[in-house]
Amino acid sequence: MDMFQIVLDELSARPVFWFLSIIMLVSGFMVVTLKNIFHSAIYLILCLFSVAGIFILLEAEFLAAAQVLIYVGAVAILMIFAIMLSTNVSGKKTMTTQNGLPVAIISAVFALGTIALVIMTKLNIVMRGSDGFISKGLWIGEKGQLPTENIMLIGKYLMTEYMLPFEVISVLLLASMIGAIALARNERS
Amino acid sequence: MNPQLPIVNVLDTLRLMSPELFLFVWALVVITVDLFASRKNDSLTGYTALVGIVIAGGFLAFAGEGVAFGRMFINDPLALFFKVIFLGAAFMAVGSSFGLTKEKIQNHRGEFYGLILFSTVGMMFLASSQEIISLYIGLELTTIPLFILAAFYKDDKLSVESGIKYFVVGAFSSALLLYGLSFLYGMTGTTFLNGVPGDPSATHMASLLAASHINYFGGGNSSGFVILIANICILAGVGFKLALPPFHQWAPDVYEGAPTPVASFLSVGSKAAGLVAFMKIFLMGLFGYISVEMKPNDWGMLVGVMSAVAMIIGNIVAIRQTNIKRMLAYSSIAQAGYIMIGMIALNQHGVSSVAFYTLVYLFANMGAFAAVTVFEDNTGSTEIGNYKGLAQTSPFFAALLSIFMLSLAGIPPLGGFIAKYKVFAAGIDQTSFPGFEWLYWLVGVGLLTSVFSLYYYVRVIKEMYFAKDASIYTMTFNKPILMVLIIALIGVLVTGLYPEPIFEFANKIYYSFSFSVIK
Repeated sequence: MDMFQIVLDELSARPVFWFLSIIMLVSGFMVVTLKNIFHSAIYLILCLFSVAGIFILLEAEFLAAAQVLIYVGAVAILMIFAIMLSTNVSGKKTMTTQNGLPVAIISAVFALGTIALVIMTKLNIVMRGSDGFISKGLWIGEKGQLPTENIMLIGKYLMTEYMLPFEVISVLLLASMIGAIALARNERS
Repeated sequence: MNPQLPIVNVLDTLRLMSPELFLFVWALVVITVDLFASRKNDSLTGYTALVGIVIAGGFLAFAGEGVAFGRMFINDPLALFFKVIFLGAAFMAVGSSFGLTKEKIQNHRGEFYGLILFSTVGMMFLASSQEIISLYIGLELTTIPLFILAAFYKDDKLSVESGIKYFVVGAFSSALLLYGLSFLYGMTGTTFLNGVPGDPSATHMASLLAASHINYFGGGNSSGFVILIANICILAGVGFKLALPPFHQWAPDVYEGAPTPVASFLSVGSKAAGLVAFMKIFLMGLFGYISVEMKPNDWGMLVGVMSAVAMIIGNIVAIRQTNIKRMLAYSSIAQAGYIMIGMIALNQHGVSSVAFYTLVYLFANMGAFAAVTVFEDNTGSTEIGNYKGLAQTSPFFAALLSIFMLSLAGIPPLGGFIAKYKVFAAGIDQTSFPGFEWLYWLVGVGLLTSVFSLYYYVRVIKEMYFAKDASIYTMTFNKPILMVLIIALIGVLVTGLYPEPIFEFANKIYYSFSFSVIK
């Protein structure tokens, strides 16, 4: 990749990044502050979508797809179903309380601090990069480059080196499915 | 970068993995058998599960040592020893569940036993893992069935509370563990913990960490900081599974509410799985990495504090308990503290004493829980006060429970004494290395709290033997639980009187770890 291309990428990606970040932060804030949990859930979907957008910016297409499929498609929708199926549909009884505010603030500050410190330590090496631009392989990767055909590589690994854990995951899913049925079945007989 | 197709020798792989494969298939068989069994036939499913565990044990005896699926699956002495413990725990848990499936759990007997077997498969897979993804999946396969088992009395509030609590805590701790492991992966670019000597493409994770520390972070403090966070996250994640303070609060509530055989399986099987995970990550993967901020004996010190607090809190709070399941929960917290002393002592005695202690703990704790199950089946109560005067009506039961309690307390000539002695000796042994002098203090705390622990263990015996009136209850045993109690009794006696063959095998475990080479 030549210099011009990198600059172009940087310039075009930056506004998109800010746009997505702002949506993400605002909707994330709404999720925790809104009193109606139905609205919170809707904002959560928006938040998760914008995270997927950021993944695409980082050229992690697989993560973006997984984010949309799993979090938006399954988890968030399931939450909305659960809220709708509970007694009061988006009514008064599904309000949240904010009793744990001090604890929430402390843990949020702690989590943010930890993440910030880690990112800063990462940025140290990024800034020291020889070309002066944010290199894409922050962590190890192959000589500072992320592999280009992400999804293909994941597929290859799943079918070769990591075949065994991949198979065991299906056992795990089977076990949790059997357990869920055993727990949730209505016993009348 | 391109993945290689591992060279798989099918027969070898089948032989190595036969216990797991068989147990997985058998779990499905158990569930299917239950579908066709009539409801009145309340023990068929249980016996099917017991037979399956015994056959899996037979497969394990012939599995032998070796590596399969590239380096993905390994049978080394560590894996084999702990697989025996896992199968033993499953056998005893299933064996003590017969009274339960006769009365309280009539609807999903097959699922109940099947989930115990699934969880055991997870533990065994965990013991054979060499890299963090398999390790994590093994740990999940261990705990997810246990969430469900803990909540298996669906109409009982305590049991549902227990299941939900365990689920929330378990999910949270798994997330922490995964977060920590992702840091390790990020720093090293590999998921494998252990290296292969002489193979440059398979390097030990610790040396990769050291390399990334210099190549990518300029040898500064920053990478040490990231590793510190990773270590703390992993320690917290595994600490929850081990119920090691400050991550122990869930244990008493969960043990109290869960069906008693499930609580016993939780306290032994799941704890042993946590120990294996700890060994794999800290003793196998991270040992030898000397960063600016975290040397091996630094995490040792951190674990040492946790272990000391575990022994103190566990033993002192147990004194105040009136419910025997809660008491055993606090006792198991304390026992985890003792085991961790051996873990910190990074020498041959340390590793083998951890394995030996876990084996003794399997017999003594499963035995104690089985006795509690017998009492609960007969009376429906778990209060220590109700054990009054049992020695006069059921002398055999009283003698058995007393022996298990004394073994947990560490009284010679029972197994518990030898196990505690081994762990303390390993700790003292390590003090000769510079930077490990503080282990004297830890062993001192261990000795002192052992004395405290006598109080509450002996209190149960006192209730049974030194009451004026005979108990209004008499204990009747069903056959499987009698078998479990006798196996546990034999185990406690053999590990106490003739432990040499077990030592011999436990000592081999040391060679599974790289520090046997480094030192």
